[in-house]
Amino acid sequence: MATETKKSTPLLSIKGLTASAGDLKILKGIDLDIYPGEVHAIMGPNGSGKSTLTNVLAGRPDYTVTGGEVLFEGQSILGLEPEIRARMGLFLAFQYPLELPGVRAWQFLKAGVDAKRLHNGQEEMSAREFDQMLKAKVAEVQIDPELVRRAVNEGFSGGEKKRNEVLQMAVLDPKLALLDETDSGLDIDALRIVSDGVNLLRSPDKAVVLVTHYQRILNYISPNHVHVLYDGRIVRSGGPELAHELEEKGYDWIKDLVDATV
Amino acid sequence: MTTAPAKYAHYLADFQSLTEGPGAEAPAWLKSARDNAWTKFAATGFPTARRGNERWKYTNVGPIARTDFGYPLAPAPADGSEGLVPSYQVSGQTVFDLIYVDGVYSPGLSSPALDASGVVAASLAVAAGNDSLDLEGQVGRYAPPDDDGFAALNTAFLRDGAYVNVADDHAEKVVIRISYITSQSEDANHKVTYPRTMIVAGRNTDITVVESYRGPQESVYFTNAVTEISVREGAKLDHYRLLLEGGKAFHVGTSRVIQEKDSSFSSASFALGTTLARNDLEVLLDAPGAYCSLNGLYLTADNQHIDNLISIDHAKPNCTSRLNYKGILDGKSRAVFGGTVMVRRDAQKSDAEQTDKNLILSNSAEVDSKPSLLIYADDVKCSHGATAGHIDADTLFYLRSRGLDLDTASRMLVHAFASEIINTVNLEPLQDYLNTLFAAAIPNKALPIAGLVPSRRAKAAGDK
Repeated sequence: MATETKKSTPLLSIKGLTASAGDLKILKGIDLDIYPGEVHAIMGPNGSGKSTLTNVLAGRPDYTVTGGEVLFEGQSILGLEPEIRARMGLFLAFQYPLELPGVRAWQFLKAGVDAKRLHNGQEEMSAREFDQMLKAKVAEVQIDPELVRRAVNEGFSGGEKKRNEVLQMAVLDPKLALLDETDSGLDIDALRIVSDGVNLLRSPDKAVVLVTHYQRILNYISPNHVHVLYDGRIVRSGGPELAHELEEKGYDWIKDLVDATV
Repeated sequence: MTTAPAKYAHYLADFQSLTEGPGAEAPAWLKSARDNAWTKFAATGFPTARRGNERWKYTNVGPIARTDFGYPLAPAPADGSEGLVPSYQVSGQTVFDLIYVDGVYSPGLSSPALDASGVVAASLAVAAGNDSLDLEGQVGRYAPPDDDGFAALNTAFLRDGAYVNVADDHAEKVVIRISYITSQSEDANHKVTYPRTMIVAGRNTDITVVESYRGPQESVYFTNAVTEISVREGAKLDHYRLLLEGGKAFHVGTSRVIQEKDSSFSSASFALGTTLARNDLEVLLDAPGAYCSLNGLYLTADNQHIDNLISIDHAKPNCTSRLNYKGILDGKSRAVFGGTVMVRRDAQKSDAEQTDKNLILSNSAEVDSKPSLLIYADDVKCSHGATAGHIDADTLFYLRSRGLDLDTASRMLVHAFASEIINTVNLEPLQDYLNTLFAAAIPNKALPIAGLVPSRRAKAAGDK
């Protein structure tokens, strides 16, 4: 695969990451390198720590990092506020996108784009330029333009919310996109549209981490690497064939495998 | 003949100065209404919570009763007057402006309508002298001086105000802006004004009235306002009340609304500043098919206190009411919300919803919210609810994850909370004006966030 050509520095490097929520230890030592151009799928049963991993990477304050290190383009990010990580080019597509009544999508997205531009030493985008860019992205990710005129996610269906996450991702144009079960609750058409949106982002200098419970989305977004997370650790890594194996054998296979080695 | 307890001696002196001075020219019926109201006030005085008075349970008007507010007999010169007219421009609609400085109508600043093809929007003093308008039967009809001491005092000092009457079947939409302004005192005197507004929306008319109250930021003054509104059959009235008083001001507003068959009354009340504000609004749905939507937005800080007492009376069947008030509280401020929806025995098929939501920006602000439903009919659809809380931590994280810093994200969420009410305003320039006002009033500071308690978080967070 062309994208296998690895540069020397990973885009994201996770070393020995442990994290808790309150007294509950969730991540028990994660090691993972993600190189530009790659798509990684992280699979695992419920409660294995998949969502925690993406949320910790994005800087959600609900979790406490208890050990380890995360480097984004060589820079340690665990001490940085979530907004700084976002401006550096990290994006989290939420498993449960929130409704923001009274916040118009236009205003919300422009604030995000401008914050990133200012961070990078650029000027804020003019309203007109942003307008054109937004229109283009709306067309690109095939979202109903009406949704952009409304308050963010307010009264949206589950599928619309997920598609709106993909639009936000396209507009903010991150270097690393973390998709937290973006495929859950989508019908087959929505899944295809969401997948197309993600595939648009694929480029030699960007990377995607897909967190998913099911193999289904991997039919549309083919990963370079598949990891299985169980009880806060990556217990198995492989190529796309690992996803198929999981699909066939189920998560009990992993559980048995791990429990046998303990 | 006119007497009062010693503690109201200065009100009595002012009352006598008014009735013997500029008020002496009023028609006989108005003079007698004033005398009658004074007698009521002298007997009842200002309300107190002590007598088991539910209507004033959470609001102490002691500071008003204790301050010697003086009635300005001569109006302040309306100099530098440009700042006194509303700053937002309304285009494409006929607009009449009525401007009052220290309670007295300012002809120079106003653009009234006295005989303009069915629209009267004029000084109440002028209208009172015009027999064909028959104000005698209207003044005090819906807000009688018996209601409470404040309404009585307002009527006792009734000298001028605004009179709006749009004739039945008047087809053109009109906008009337009524601005009551207290001017900066030259001396240390604390002024009191008694704005009086009467609005009659004739049959099948469509009108918008904006009532605003403003005053100097640093002066202690008192506005005691009464508004009486009649919405006739099939009429549509959009009514906005802007309380933009100074930070040391006291404001007591009493509004009474009566609605006829198939009429629509959409109101929004906005309050910023004001050390003590009371917004007492009663709507009587007096005929089938009437609809009212009462919205409110208040933003308080420091030691400010706001009391919204809203009551809707479903007296007849098939009426619909929506009551939605929202508060944003900072500092040690306190908000009181008393919402009562009464559905009478005959009022079958009533449809009523009321909510009061509060966003608390500090750890020492306080809300007393008491929504209540009194239902005596059996075939009705009614709901109520009240909430109070900080900015939601998950929502805040969502915004921050898109690159917005904590302050920007917080302010965006506070403004979004307010915008639900601001968006009910049907007059775009006013909507823009309010958006700017409220955006500027949102405090610039770190806000407390709901859900950021470690033990609770652990439970809520549990990995998905």
